Amino acid sequence: MSYLEYNVKSVPSGLSKVLYLNWPIVVLLTAIASVGFLMLYSVAGGSMTPWAEPQMKRFAIGVFLMLCVAMIPVWFLRNVAGVAYALSVLLLLAVEFFGSTGMGAQRWIDLGFMRLQPSELTKITLIMFLAAYYDWVGVKRISRPIWVLIPVVIIALPMYLTLRQPDLGTSLLLAFGGGGVMFLAGVHWAYFAAVIGAGAGLVSAVFKSRGTEWQLLKDYQYRRIDTFIDPASDPLGAGYHITQSKIALGSGGWTGRGYMQGTQSRLNFLPEKHTDFIFTTLAEEFGFIGGISLLSLYVMVLVFCVVSGLSNKDRFASLLTMGIGLTFFLFFAVNMSMVMGLAPVVGVPLPMVSYGGSAMIVLLLAFGLMQSAHVHRPR
Amino acid sequence: MRRSPKDTEESAAIISRRGLVLGGGMAAFAAVLGLRMRHLQVDQADQFRLLAEENRINIRLLPPARGQIFDRNGLLIAGNEQNYRVTMVRDEVDDPEEVLRAISRLIPMTDEDLDHAREELRKRSRLVPVTIADRLSWEDLSQVAVNAPALPGISPEVGLSRSYPRGADYAHIVGYVGPVSDYDLSRIDDKDPLLLIPKFQIGKTGSENKLERQLRGKAGTKRVEVNAIGRVMRELGRDESQKGANVQLTIDTRLQNFVQARLAGESAAAVVIDVRTGDLVSIGSAPAFDPNMFVRGISVKDYGDLTGNKYRPLANKAVQGTYPPGSTFKMVTALAALEAGEITPDETVYCGGYTEVASRRFHCWKRGGHGKVNLRNSLKQSCDVYYYDLAQRVGVEKISAMARRLGLGERHDVPMSAVAGGLMPTKAWKKENRGNDWVIGDSLNASIGQGFVLASPLQLAVMTARIATGRAVSPRLVKSVDGVETPEGGGEPLGIDEEMLRQVRGGMFAVANETGGTGAATRIVDKELRMSGKTGTSQVRNISKAERARGVFRNADLPWERRDHALYVGFAPSDAPKYAVAVVVEHGGGGSTAAAPIARDIMLAAQTDGVPPLSAYPSSQRGRISSSLKKLKLWDPDQPEAPDSQA
Repeated sequence: MSYLEYNVKSVPSGLSKVLYLNWPIVVLLTAIASVGFLMLYSVAGGSMTPWAEPQMKRFAIGVFLMLCVAMIPVWFLRNVAGVAYALSVLLLLAVEFFGSTGMGAQRWIDLGFMRLQPSELTKITLIMFLAAYYDWVGVKRISRPIWVLIPVVIIALPMYLTLRQPDLGTSLLLAFGGGGVMFLAGVHWAYFAAVIGAGAGLVSAVFKSRGTEWQLLKDYQYRRIDTFIDPASDPLGAGYHITQSKIALGSGGWTGRGYMQGTQSRLNFLPEKHTDFIFTTLAEEFGFIGGISLLSLYVMVLVFCVVSGLSNKDRFASLLTMGIGLTFFLFFAVNMSMVMGLAPVVGVPLPMVSYGGSAMIVLLLAFGLMQSAHVHRPR
Repeated sequence: MRRSPKDTEESAAIISRRGLVLGGGMAAFAAVLGLRMRHLQVDQADQFRLLAEENRINIRLLPPARGQIFDRNGLLIAGNEQNYRVTMVRDEVDDPEEVLRAISRLIPMTDEDLDHAREELRKRSRLVPVTIADRLSWEDLSQVAVNAPALPGISPEVGLSRSYPRGADYAHIVGYVGPVSDYDLSRIDDKDPLLLIPKFQIGKTGSENKLERQLRGKAGTKRVEVNAIGRVMRELGRDESQKGANVQLTIDTRLQNFVQARLAGESAAAVVIDVRTGDLVSIGSAPAFDPNMFVRGISVKDYGDLTGNKYRPLANKAVQGTYPPGSTFKMVTALAALEAGEITPDETVYCGGYTEVASRRFHCWKRGGHGKVNLRNSLKQSCDVYYYDLAQRVGVEKISAMARRLGLGERHDVPMSAVAGGLMPTKAWKKENRGNDWVIGDSLNASIGQGFVLASPLQLAVMTARIATGRAVSPRLVKSVDGVETPEGGGEPLGIDEEMLRQVRGGMFAVANETGGTGAATRIVDKELRMSGKTGTSQVRNISKAERARGVFRNADLPWERRDHALYVGFAPSDAPKYAVAVVVEHGGGGSTAAAPIARDIMLAAQTDGVPPLSAYPSSQRGRISSSLKKLKLWDPDQPEAPDSQA
């Protein structure tokens, strides 16, 4: 029996849906965003401009969009998932041909009123489409090779396009996000084992290809890997980011150096202190307590997502919710690993905190989807 | 599409299982992140805090002001004046060429200046400020300061640089300072970080060099916060530098100025010593040079002029130059003989114009001889044969010993460059250094201050002071350091019988005052100011037999560098000595004509604290002396600055 048929009466309708939102997540996201405002104010040297104020405006817009999306019935979202995916892949292609270059990478298209970063959007539409796919494919067929190949192609297409920009970070996030949804849907373990094995092979191929004609990554990506492995090798050149970032974190100690007292960020030793490396400023100024608090907020968002996903009896809604939770996790896990020297510097922002329009709005849209799934869950 | 409830349940079970696994994985990774954070922020906090401080804080040295040098009356000899300059830190500049071009549009800089700046930038550490333009006007500095935001790495600075308001008068005593050179760094064992400051000035010659330790002071430090590109954001704290000690010399600027002016035109030196304290009240050496030229950076041409001059302006002849003392040495031989009991003051020796010893003739300066001479007359007329006779009786060892007691052959400890030890030969010395045995002729030559004997004007002045007082007067140049008086050099009694000394002094009085004395022409008639002395004329060449037969050349007929050195030593007042003087005029001819007039003028100036009074001169000489004294270029000593620097 279809979900529609036996559920529709018990689902809230009209404005009463607002009461059924997953409010803890809204509160947690607002709290995380506020930490972001605080830090952006601090890194600007105690000023609302140029970062804190625009970020607040975007957050307001994002929250509004999230609430709008939350009102849309989840079954409608499932039906348009394919279209959304197709649209975002087309946008990625558009970047390929008409995109502008920023920071050595071609990542966004200027729509006139805003700069759109389609790769951000793709992270969500991919999850949506995969969830819809597994909602459609029966459990029996899930692990058959042909039905495994299809989602692999679905994931590989945007991955390839983002790699060409080149944006290794997003590309990896897409792989992990998509793979995560496949894993949740119940694809056989053996496939994952095979992929991990192939991945290891690929990594060694990447290293072996270096300096040859068929070099797989750009030089700057190799350099980032080099400095990740040994940041001390070039403390003023390529390893500068990691070294200074670790110094900032470490010098925070237990309680930090006090709000707006972080010397590393104040004196510009920290690179990209308002975007990818904003966590280091937080950790420098508020110390271990500040850092662990933010991490706890993230984990709590994750917990609410997983609980919501597990308790949702609808397959699409459940996969979507946990997929979004996974994407959110990947964002902060990769970013924090990066600034703490556990992962190479791949250019992933700290979700809801780093300055940047696309990322925040897309994340809030994603949580709109998750809220829709939560509001319209079968009861 | 439709789906059986079993499917839904089965799939829900799968999703729950997988969801829990994934959730668990995420939680585990979050825990790893937390642990990593703890590791960095708690376990390694101290280490990283230190690194952050190292990032942030730069320590800059604050150079101390150099100690000033004053004369005995507190007049400034060497001071510090403000110097505006522009420095660049190479590390803060992307393209130094561009910045240099921009600077040269703001302030006048020659191509030579620019090349020099490039050279300095290349040589010095990238992190230290390098001076690229020096001695700017206030307007030029303001130009740079106003444009500083557009000139990365550039900062306008106010520094101190050395100045010598008395110009050339103290060139040889005080010397000059200059920027530390690589040669200095390699030569001196000094770990003072100040020396690493580019263009930090240290004493190069003279007292500036010898008293470097006292004058330099201690570096201060300033802790500044810098940002990632090294620009100073704010000052966090400072330890002020400690100014170097002020040094007061025993020199009297007014007399020093008179001496330099009086020596001008000659290649000469004069030393005036206070016999009661050992204070060196004047040390003159001519020609001199303006030490300020060296501080500012002397041009190749000027330097060439100084080194190419045959009068050797750079040498401090008063302490570095050694000369055969000639007849001024005769007091030493006389005292040695008296003390050894080989002669009494009244005993006479016959002078027939020469002595023949070991089949060699040793001539007296007076061809016809002096006849019978006693001690007093031997000094008065400077009879050589008398001393040849004493030398044979006493022997060189006793003469040498007496000379040492009187301060010859000994390097006096005064803080000036290359103070000479002179030479007072003994038999052992000759054996060791010349490989020959001492022969009697050597003794004869030594007895009249020729042969191997060498002494500097400073040593001769000390010798005279010791004869005048009977005490081991030792020269003192530094009166006080930072207000702490250095011990006087009046000295202990020499242990020479006072009666013998009185006899010798009597001879010196006769030289300078009695008719027939070699220095009588330059007598002082004022009884209060009367001088006793001894002339000396030392040969710098051998007089061959043929020349002697033909008639010895007159000095005026010889080229300058082959003429005799003219010497004079003396003390005044004769009855109660206050000052002793030694004058050497290189290749000046006769001591009585070239050196004695200078010594007389200096002694009068010393005793009257100013220009010599005309009344002290014999009335017949007053007109000539008056006009020559008027020609001297003297400064008004109350003027702090020299009107122009004389070389």
